[in-house]
Amino acid sequence: MSQTFEILESTFDRLLKNFQSERQPNEHFTLTLTGETSQFVRFNHAKVRQIGSVTDCQAELTLMANQRTASFSFPLCGDWETDWQAAKSVLQELRQDVADLPIDPYSVLPSGTESSREVHVGRLLPPDQVASMVLPEVAGLDFAGIYGGGGLLRAYADSVGQTHWFETESFALDYSIFTADNQAVKGVVAGSQWDKAAYVAKLANSKRQLERLADAPKPIPKGQYRTYLAPQAIAEIIAMFSWGAVGEAAIQQGESAFGMLRRGEKYLSPAFTLNENFSHGLVPRFNNLGEMAPVEMAIIDAGKLVNSLVNSRTAKEYNKVANGANGSESLRSPEVCPGTLATADILKALDTGLYLSNLHYLNWSDRPTGRITGMTRYACFWVEDGAIVAPIENLRFDESLYHFLGENLIALTNEQEFIPDISTYSSRKTGGIWVPGLLVEDFTYTL
Amino acid sequence: MIAELQHVLSTLDLPADWVGLRAVKETASCRNVRDGLPQGNCKQLSYGTMVEVLVNGQIGYGAVNSFQPEHLRLAAKAAYRQALAASQWAIYPMTPVTRPKVVGNYTSPFLKPLEAIAPGEINELLIRLCQTLKVSDKIVQTNASANTQEVESWYISSNGSEVYQKFLLLGTSYGAIAQDGPDVQQRSNNGNGHYYQGGWELFPDAALWDRARQIGEQAVELLTAEECPTATTTLVLAPDQMMLQIHESVGHPLELDRILGDERNYAGGSFVKPSDFGTLAYGSALMNITFNPTVPGEFASYGFDDTGAPATKEYLIKDGVLRRGLGGLESQARTGVAGVSCARASSWNRPPIDRMANLNLEAGSDSVAEIIRDTEHGVYMEANRSWSIDDQRYKFQFGCEYARLIENGQLTKSLRNPNYRGTTPEFWRSLVRIGDDNSWEMYGTPYCGKGEPNQSIRVGHGSPVCAFANMEVFGGGA
Repeated sequence: MSQTFEILESTFDRLLKNFQSERQPNEHFTLTLTGETSQFVRFNHAKVRQIGSVTDCQAELTLMANQRTASFSFPLCGDWETDWQAAKSVLQELRQDVADLPIDPYSVLPSGTESSREVHVGRLLPPDQVASMVLPEVAGLDFAGIYGGGGLLRAYADSVGQTHWFETESFALDYSIFTADNQAVKGVVAGSQWDKAAYVAKLANSKRQLERLADAPKPIPKGQYRTYLAPQAIAEIIAMFSWGAVGEAAIQQGESAFGMLRRGEKYLSPAFTLNENFSHGLVPRFNNLGEMAPVEMAIIDAGKLVNSLVNSRTAKEYNKVANGANGSESLRSPEVCPGTLATADILKALDTGLYLSNLHYLNWSDRPTGRITGMTRYACFWVEDGAIVAPIENLRFDESLYHFLGENLIALTNEQEFIPDISTYSSRKTGGIWVPGLLVEDFTYTL
Repeated sequence: MIAELQHVLSTLDLPADWVGLRAVKETASCRNVRDGLPQGNCKQLSYGTMVEVLVNGQIGYGAVNSFQPEHLRLAAKAAYRQALAASQWAIYPMTPVTRPKVVGNYTSPFLKPLEAIAPGEINELLIRLCQTLKVSDKIVQTNASANTQEVESWYISSNGSEVYQKFLLLGTSYGAIAQDGPDVQQRSNNGNGHYYQGGWELFPDAALWDRARQIGEQAVELLTAEECPTATTTLVLAPDQMMLQIHESVGHPLELDRILGDERNYAGGSFVKPSDFGTLAYGSALMNITFNPTVPGEFASYGFDDTGAPATKEYLIKDGVLRRGLGGLESQARTGVAGVSCARASSWNRPPIDRMANLNLEAGSDSVAEIIRDTEHGVYMEANRSWSIDDQRYKFQFGCEYARLIENGQLTKSLRNPNYRGTTPEFWRSLVRIGDDNSWEMYGTPYCGKGEPNQSIRVGHGSPVCAFANMEVFGGGA
C-alpha cells in the first residue's frame, strides 16, 4: 500500500466514523472515494511529448432523508483538518439541499450487509525511468502513445455499516507504430507487473504486422464483404452496449438498441454469448450502493437476452430484481464467450474479404434497429483466397447488430483476448473486456 | 491566491529554466429530472494545482489536489525530476517563449449569480418542463436538466505572469422520447447544445414553454413521418447541426497537435498537412471560419489560454482558403504555422494541449426564406443525433433528430431518421448558400474529448443556416 493511500484510508475511516456520529435518525448516507497517484508519459515520433504526475482523490457523500437524495463530491488531500472542515461543510450544505428537494418515490437506501477489502500490489516502472525503458526499444520507429501507471483507489462505506476498499497498482502502455504513408499497428501492454521481456515480445509482434503494411493501401469500393473483426474491434462494439443497450432503464424508456431482443422480435446468433464476469478480479464488484454484483451473470445467452443490468432504483421503479448494476447500468467486466474457430484458421475461414484489426468512433446511426456506424482503423487488410493481399484505405461501415451478431455471424474464434480499459477521462480506469474475434458475412460498408 | 502561489514559487529551490503554477477551483451542480421525478441532484467541488517546470528544453508537470504549500513544493520537485529524466528524449527543445509573461484577468458576463436559484426551485422548473413535454401517451420518456459550473483559475510564473480568470457556466437540456411499438423517436432542445457563459438570466427564457411543447409534439409527429429518402440532393442544415459539422470537420482537422502527430494514438491525425496553410481551398468562397474566444456569453470564451497567450479573434479560413491552424504556442514553435491562443487544459490535473475554444462560421447575406425558396429539391435537417468521423477527419456520417422535405422552394412533409454522409473537403466546397445574421445561433458543449491522458473540455460554435449542394442523404432502418 502506498503512503498516500494509507493516509487516505485513515482519513476515510475517520470521516465514516464522524458521519455516523453526526447522522440524524431520518438520515442515511453513502461515502465513496476515487483516487489515484498516476504517472503519465506521452510519446510521439519515439520521443517524449509530455510527462508528469497526478495525485488526486475525490470523496462523494450522498445523503438520503425523507425520500430525497443529494450528493456532493469534494477533494480529500490527506490533511485531516483540511479534509474534515470540507466534509463538515459538505454535510451541512447537503442537509439544506435535501430539505429543499421534491420527493423521489424511487429513492433507494443502502441496505446490504457486504464488506470487502482488496489490495493488489504491483511492480511498476519508477516514474523517472519510463522513457529510458520504453524508448530505446523503438528507436528508428514512428512510435506514438501513452504510458499511464500508478496506484488506483476505489472505496465505499455507508450508514448501514457496509465498507469496501479496492486498491490496485497498474499500468498501461498504449501505443501505435506508423509507416511512412500513415498506416499503423496498435499495441497495448498492460497489467500490474512491468515485464520488459513481454514488452519486447509485443513490440516484435507489432513490427511483424508493420511489415505487412508496407504495400500501398488498396481502395475498397463500398458494398458488403465477408469480414473478420479482431478482438480489439469487437471490444469497441461491446463498449457501445453500455450506451443505450444493456441497461434496464434504457430498455424501459425507449433508449435501448436491445428493444427488439427484449420484445422477442429478434434474436442474435446462438453462437453469441455475453456475460458480466467479475472472476478476473480487475474491477471492484461493489456498486454505488455497496451492493455486490454476481461473480458471473449472463446478459445474452446463446443469442437471447436473458438479463439486463438492473440497479436498485430501476428495480424499484419497474418492479424488477436488482442485480448489482451501477448507477448508469453499464457493463463493468464484460466478456464475450469464445467459439470454435482456431486462430490459425482465421484467414482460411475468411477466404476473401476484409480483416479488420480495429474500429474507430462508433455511434448508433439508428439505435432502435441496432444500427451502428464507425470507421476501420489501424492494420486492416484485403484478403483473397485466405492470404493477405494489401492494407486497405479506411472504410466507413453502417450495419445493424441484429445482422452481424445475428444471422450473418459465421464463427467466433476459440480464444479470448483481454482488451484493457485505457480510458483516462477524469481519472485512470480499471478493468477491461475479454473478447474473441468474429467472422461475419455481408458486413456493410458505405463510404 | 496569487500571493500564496507567489510565496510557494519564491521558496522553490529548483535549478529550472522556468516554473509556472496554475491553481484551479471548480464548483459545479447538476440537476436532472426524468418523467417529472428527480433523478440526480449533485454538487461537486474540485480544486488543485498544476506545477509546470521547464528543464533542458523539456516541460514536466506535477499536479496535486491541494493548495497547501508543502504539497505544491512536492509537486514541483516531482515535475522537475521527470522533466530532467525525459529531457534527453524531448520531442522539441521548449523555451520560455512558449510560456510568455502575461498579466490580466477575465470574468464571464452575468447578471444573475449561479447560486441565485435554490435547488428546489430548479427542480420545480425541470419538473414543469417534463410535464410540458408530455403531450401524448406515446411519450415514454421526458427529461430535463440544468448544470452550473463556476471555475476560477490563478496562473503565475517565474517570468512574471499573473492571470486570474473566473468563468460562470450554465447548461440546460430537455427532450422527449416517443414510442409506438417498434418505432421510437427522440427530440431535444437543439441537440442539447444550450451551454453558455452567464448566470440564471439565461434560463428560463420567454419562449421556453412553447418550445418544450413543440419538442414533445415533434417527437410524436416523427413516429408517423416518412423515412428520410435515399437521395443526392441539396442539404440545408440548421445552426444546431452546423455546430457539430464545424466541430468535427473543421475544428479537429485544423488542430496542429493532430497534424504534428501527437494525437495519432488516440483521437487521430488529420488530412490537413502543414504545407496546406495559406493555399488549401478548404471550402467554397462563402466559408469564413473564425477562432473567437472573445464572443460575450459563448461557452468557450476566455481572456488567456492556459499557457498565458492572450485570446484574440483570428480567421482560420477566409473566403474558403485555409490560413491559420488551431495550435498554441508550443505547436506554433514546432510547425512554424501561424496559430491561435488555444493551449487549454480541462482542469488542474491535465496539461494544456491544442483545443478549439469558440469556432464560428461567420454569417453571410441570405435569409433562411431565400435559401428555402431557391431550393427546388432538398432536405432540411436540425438537431444532432448521431456523429462519426474517421481518424483523419475526412469521411463522416452524421444523423439528425428532425427533418423536413424541401419541394419547389417550400418546406413540406416532416422526415424521420435523417442522415447524411460525405468527405470533409467536398462537403465544404459544396457550401452554396449561407444564412445572414438573423439565422446565426451559437451553442456549446462541455464534451469535446481528446488528449492523452484524456481531457474533456468546453467548446462553443456559432453558425447561420447553410445549404450544401449534391449531398448524400438517407434514412434509418436495419
